[in-house]
Amino acid sequence: MTIIKAQHLAVSYGHGETALKVVKDVSFEVQKGETFGLVGESGCGKSTILGALAGRNKQWTGSIEIDGETIGQKRTRTQLAKQQLVFQDPFGSIHPRHTIGRTLLEPLEIHGKDRRQERIEKVLTDVGLPLNFRYRYPHQLSGGQRQRVAIARALILEPKILLLDEPTSALDVSIQAEILNLLKDLREREKLTYILVSHDLAVVAHLCDRVAIMQSGGFVEIATRQQLLENTVQHPYTRVLMDGSRGYVATTRQGHSQLRSQSPVTV
Amino acid sequence: MAKSATFSKLHDWLISEDFTSSRQARLHSVYLGWLSLIANPLAFAGFAVVLLLIIVAALAPVITVHDPFAQDFLMALKAPSSTHWFGTDEFGRDVFSRLVYGARTTLYITILVTVIVAPIGFVIGATAGYLGGWVDVVLMRITDIFLSFPSLVLALAFSAALGPGIENAVIAIALTVWPPIARLARAETLTFRHADFVVAAELQGAGVGRILLRHIVPLCAPSIIVRLTLNMSSIILTAAGLGFLGLGAQPPMAEWGAMAASGRQYLLDAWWLTTVPGIAILTVSLAFNLLGDGLRDIMDPRNG
Amino acid sequence: MANTSDTILTVENMSVEFPTLSGVTTAVRDVSFTVGREKVGIIGESGSGKSTTGRAIMRLQPPQAIVKANRMQFEDVDLMTASEEEMRSIRGRRIAMILQDPKYSLNPVMTVGEQISETVILHERVTQQEARNRTLAMLERVNIRDPERVFDLYPHEVSGGMGQRIMISMMLIAQPSLIIADEPTSALDVTVRQQVLSILDDLVVERNIGLIFISHDLNLVRSFCDRVIIMYAGRVVETIAAADLDQAQHPYTRGLLNALPSLDRPKDRLEVLRRDPAWLEN
Repeated sequence: MTIIKAQHLAVSYGHGETALKVVKDVSFEVQKGETFGLVGESGCGKSTILGALAGRNKQWTGSIEIDGETIGQKRTRTQLAKQQLVFQDPFGSIHPRHTIGRTLLEPLEIHGKDRRQERIEKVLTDVGLPLNFRYRYPHQLSGGQRQRVAIARALILEPKILLLDEPTSALDVSIQAEILNLLKDLREREKLTYILVSHDLAVVAHLCDRVAIMQSGGFVEIATRQQLLENTVQHPYTRVLMDGSRGYVATTRQGHSQLRSQSPVTV
Repeated sequence: MAKSATFSKLHDWLISEDFTSSRQARLHSVYLGWLSLIANPLAFAGFAVVLLLIIVAALAPVITVHDPFAQDFLMALKAPSSTHWFGTDEFGRDVFSRLVYGARTTLYITILVTVIVAPIGFVIGATAGYLGGWVDVVLMRITDIFLSFPSLVLALAFSAALGPGIENAVIAIALTVWPPIARLARAETLTFRHADFVVAAELQGAGVGRILLRHIVPLCAPSIIVRLTLNMSSIILTAAGLGFLGLGAQPPMAEWGAMAASGRQYLLDAWWLTTVPGIAILTVSLAFNLLGDGLRDIMDPRNG
Repeated sequence: MANTSDTILTVENMSVEFPTLSGVTTAVRDVSFTVGREKVGIIGESGSGKSTTGRAIMRLQPPQAIVKANRMQFEDVDLMTASEEEMRSIRGRRIAMILQDPKYSLNPVMTVGEQISETVILHERVTQQEARNRTLAMLERVNIRDPERVFDLYPHEVSGGMGQRIMISMMLIAQPSLIIADEPTSALDVTVRQQVLSILDDLVVERNIGLIFISHDLNLVRSFCDRVIIMYAGRVVETIAAADLDQAQHPYTRGLLNALPSLDRPKDRLEVLRRDPAWLEN
């Protein structure tokens, strides 16, 4: 069953003549329970697509269908609750002067939900945090714990879709492993659909079933996890990104004639 | 011994970050603020003077032995003595009593102005900053108009137009104090406007009112409180200035600025008439400044 | 001459301590290592003391920090006893530093060309015109296609990758014998990172100098460096040749390697690092 369907989606920033088209006409479908990845370098438009799906970027054209419902630029509360965004920076995405409990209570108040304390306790348990963390302030928490709080906040409205914007790129390797495992568990337990934005193909291949590789606002190719792991991707740019996640590729050292032959760069 | 044990237990409970209730979390941050306030001697001195001012104003009838309004021409212009600590004025009224009752007037003006100005400044500034666009332009140009007058001149014009009196002085001063608060609130709001946690609240369906009150207020509050505390000294000075010019508190009400003004003509014979209220104005406005500086160190995360 | 010796830097039992309200925090504890004419990676998670180590070598630690060591020898200079004046003549000339964001290392009100020329004039005592020509040549050496245009740009107008190239071009002139690079490519995209690293690689190999490469990225350090120092909670837990990283013995290093998602060895669940208090005992 298709849960997200985007057709001819284009997103721009700014108005009139100076408008900057960041995403140019992309179409994709995501099945229920699937994890779809968006990969590319900075400025390729991957986070912008996520923003348009989340309701953050309102300047888009084309059509977006979420859970069988066509979405307009303005959304109702119910439509907003269907998908929730998890941000990259766990230090900037939680209100610094609210306790964790208050942060989790806020969405429940907005949506007039009942059994509030019960829901908060459940979601804290779900993301693996002790219950007394609800009385703490974000500055008392580590980066990994904060990211768990951010995931808890996204989950508390019981959304069907989680939009993950580089959820582990600000974290240490060992913490990244914990968060990736948590995301896998939650996906299974809560029957969630994910869209994961990342620049690291290894992370994407770990979590995603299918990946769209993006370059300057468009899709270069959509590869399956199998293709990535078996190294049978089509596009050379995908290979470049795959090499990047493996580390540095030594070039043969032949003085600076070698240096010059590499592709020069503009600002 | 038992007492100090309870105290150290309380200290441990307050300092512990292993909270078991939201009340403990709140008390913890208040307690930490208190600890850093007493660690800063100047700010603490300011705090002590302000506290003293409040106590004196509250207990005025208990502290004074003379009626501040009782005239006794036989006792006029007497130098400080054991019966009249700060001497008497030209009507034979006790200067110390008037000074103590004047603290009430001063406090009344500062608190009233602050209470009026804080919400107005915040609502105008934060709305302008959060909504942006033409709302921002209109609100900020109005603010600019108020800012373009020297505040004392503006206060003078308003209280002259409204007529002398302490309530009118409060309104006149409030009109001159809100624009900088609005500016500050706008600047603070702009820095948080696109923060991820504000976007997160928007994506969960929070409306403008909720975001301003629940998310922006707690972040702007520290710098606005600091600014208001620092402003209190200028409110006191403006109030005293208006009183001095006869536009503030009207006789026989005790007000420091008016006291200093009326003592002016006896300056050579009775120095205490102007000196005592003058020192009181200086001390209290200095205290508010010191306290404001201290609060900035404590509350503003950018300085911590 | 000291320059011909193979060991460029020797650090013996270095500790960096920060006095705080609640006692002294030790950011780096009894760290010992040497750097020769090679690329040495220092790897660790945030708070492991890797950046503090790099800064302490340059004597750029915050003023309240206390650095202790049995020995800190850079070529013929004893870094423990060198005066601040001597350190100033060493920094940027004999030991150079590349930071994550080049904007903090460049003067924001001077064009990049002027800044490089200044280095040229300082080191080679040439005229303005010659300095300009040398600068343009250096910009070209670090693969900047139109040096004439880049010469007149201000630091805020250049991209991250370009900024790092500019930093490297300054090193081509100053000819340091040791470079400390603190997360120089963490803010860069993979393609740009590859280019910057290969320029840095060529510089180190060509000039036969030493490089300390501080990073949190295991794969990058493994593929770029010759030798890896693994730091945990301010201590060096293991030093190993980069090629042998897979045979690392210390459970922390093993834990880090297993926590890493990989394209080549996919696994269903990533191993979660179990921190052992015993690692904190030296």
